Amino acid sequence: MNVKAVADKNGYYGEFGGAYIPEMLYNNISELKSRYLDIINSKEFRDEYMQLLKDYVGRPSPLYYAGRLSHHFGTRIFLKREDLNHTGSHKINNTVGQIILASKLGKKRIIAETGAGQHGVATATVCALKGLECIVYMGATDVERQARNVTLMEMLGAKVVPVESGNKTLKDATNEALRDWISNPESTHYIIGSIVGPHPFPDMVTRFQSVISLEMKSQLKEKTGSEDPDYILACIGGGSNAAGAFYHYVENENVKLIGAEGGGMGAETDLTSASITTGRPGVLHACKSLLLQTTDGQVIEPYSISAGLDYPGVGPLHSYLHARGRARYYSINDDDALKAAKQMIELEGIIPALESAHALALLDKMDFNSNDVVVVNLSGRGDKDLETYIKRFDDE
Amino acid sequence: MNKIIKLFNQKSRNILSLFFTAGYPEADSTTEILEAIEESSADMVEIGIPFSDPVADGKVIQDSSSKALLNGMSLEKLFEQLNVVKDRLSKPKLLMGYFNPVMQFGVEKFCKRCSETGVDGVIVPDLPPGEYLAYRGIFEKYDLLFIFLVTPGTSKERLKEISGYASGFIYAVSSYSTTGTSGSSALKPEDVSEISAISGLPVLIGFGVKDNETFRQACSISSGAIIGSAFIRSLDNSPHGIRQSVSLFVNNIREEGD
Repeated sequence: MNVKAVADKNGYYGEFGGAYIPEMLYNNISELKSRYLDIINSKEFRDEYMQLLKDYVGRPSPLYYAGRLSHHFGTRIFLKREDLNHTGSHKINNTVGQIILASKLGKKRIIAETGAGQHGVATATVCALKGLECIVYMGATDVERQARNVTLMEMLGAKVVPVESGNKTLKDATNEALRDWISNPESTHYIIGSIVGPHPFPDMVTRFQSVISLEMKSQLKEKTGSEDPDYILACIGGGSNAAGAFYHYVENENVKLIGAEGGGMGAETDLTSASITTGRPGVLHACKSLLLQTTDGQVIEPYSISAGLDYPGVGPLHSYLHARGRARYYSINDDDALKAAKQMIELEGIIPALESAHALALLDKMDFNSNDVVVVNLSGRGDKDLETYIKRFDDE
Repeated sequence: MNKIIKLFNQKSRNILSLFFTAGYPEADSTTEILEAIEESSADMVEIGIPFSDPVADGKVIQDSSSKALLNGMSLEKLFEQLNVVKDRLSKPKLLMGYFNPVMQFGVEKFCKRCSETGVDGVIVPDLPPGEYLAYRGIFEKYDLLFIFLVTPGTSKERLKEISGYASGFIYAVSSYSTTGTSGSSALKPEDVSEISAISGLPVLIGFGVKDNETFRQACSISSGAIIGSAFIRSLDNSPHGIRQSVSLFVNNIREEGD
């Protein structure tokens, strides 16, 4: 059977996905489910979306041939520069799409969850663009750790609500956003930041991010003579940038798809976010996927040096691609990600986000031929991680 | 006959169901609370299975859930506790909790243990009809009633769909909120009549029912109500022990108003 990157009508990718929602969310999810495809496939939506991606986000993002990095690894390496997007990461591809959708659904109030603040900033940005009320739930621990992004969101007009429940990080922020949605079902649209949550979110967010691999095809054709690379490397938290980078190649088995999870201190330790490497199927945030959990089914708090990979679950699409052997996933530890970031800065003059540094660390794990074409999805820029870089590079 | 069905056959008004979280305030409080409820004039009890991420719950139940987990509570322990007291309990019992702990325990094993320990029904708020379908046969095999929630926003069409799966009673959520909020009920008498007429089942109202007044309001339009957060809060404040505290709470709720 063909492996596809599209969910079935119930939101399943094989055994993963679904919509495990309490009845309080039924109307919202049902409205989205019945209307999202018609809306996002309409000409009116496409025109506005593509125009904003071009003139507001700055797409297409360049595909850059990284000469010195290529020389170092003895192969041909291209970087898909999502770090050059407005707000500094791929997150805005999704928020632009969802904000247009929310307007079409007549929603006046937008909520979002955020971990490091990248998705929060991308959401606050498009809410400012459309003049919509914006509330961002952020774990109290993250509010403290990511003060700069909190300031940015507030400057953009969003209200940032520190979440004090649980471990006060991304998972808890997501719980609180879902509770808000239960309490405000009619006025509000919930812009989920990754390919997680109940159907149709994983499928919808994947479609919005798929512009990444769509552009890659024509850019590779122009630069290498072929649309198809040999490898695509991307980092995986919830997995939205990887889903976008893989999307148009999933059915083409000649292209090897490789994901990097946040290994933290090591997938074998308690301090990890490697849910594909070490998780078991479970249900969190209304979707069935691989999940870090105890034998009793309690969700384990994840850890990664990168706040964007610090999620105990993963998008159901990746659990499926893993189960079917269509994509391979590696656990990349903090130290290897830091090393890869440093190398990138020294060889190419690009400061990657810590998340993207996990994808770069994959380069060292692979055995490439000299004529292979390798695309690394550089999902975001590293400004937000400056403090970590300064501290950790100094320690060396 | 299933004890829940029997209860509704015998009684159609003023039914009081109490919800508490297993393993709270202490790991072994479960049995004591159950015995206290047995002695009280409450009609039914819902035992919450603690979960790390209770998205449909407000602060009180969230906190009780985290504390219960810290106390080392698990489904295995809960069934052990139920096994100890099952012969002393005659009132209908339901387990209520999120799907993941049940899924990890194993749905069939869960249902088997429920039936062995005198559990009559189950409420899993994040297993809606579409996903429940895959497991329906197992719940039915063990004669467990699977209770569904409806909300003030539930359409007639959806209600018909839910009615195709529902048994025992309908759990009507009173407002657009998580559990334990103080907001007023958005359910109108005609909503409840409609739920009852379409489903052919009695209706209990939950979420936001917290005292004598809100209980009487709920009873005036339905068969009764479920009290969770307010009951859990009352357990926190039990200087003379859990038994006395439960008895006091239930008497206050039951007190005839003027």
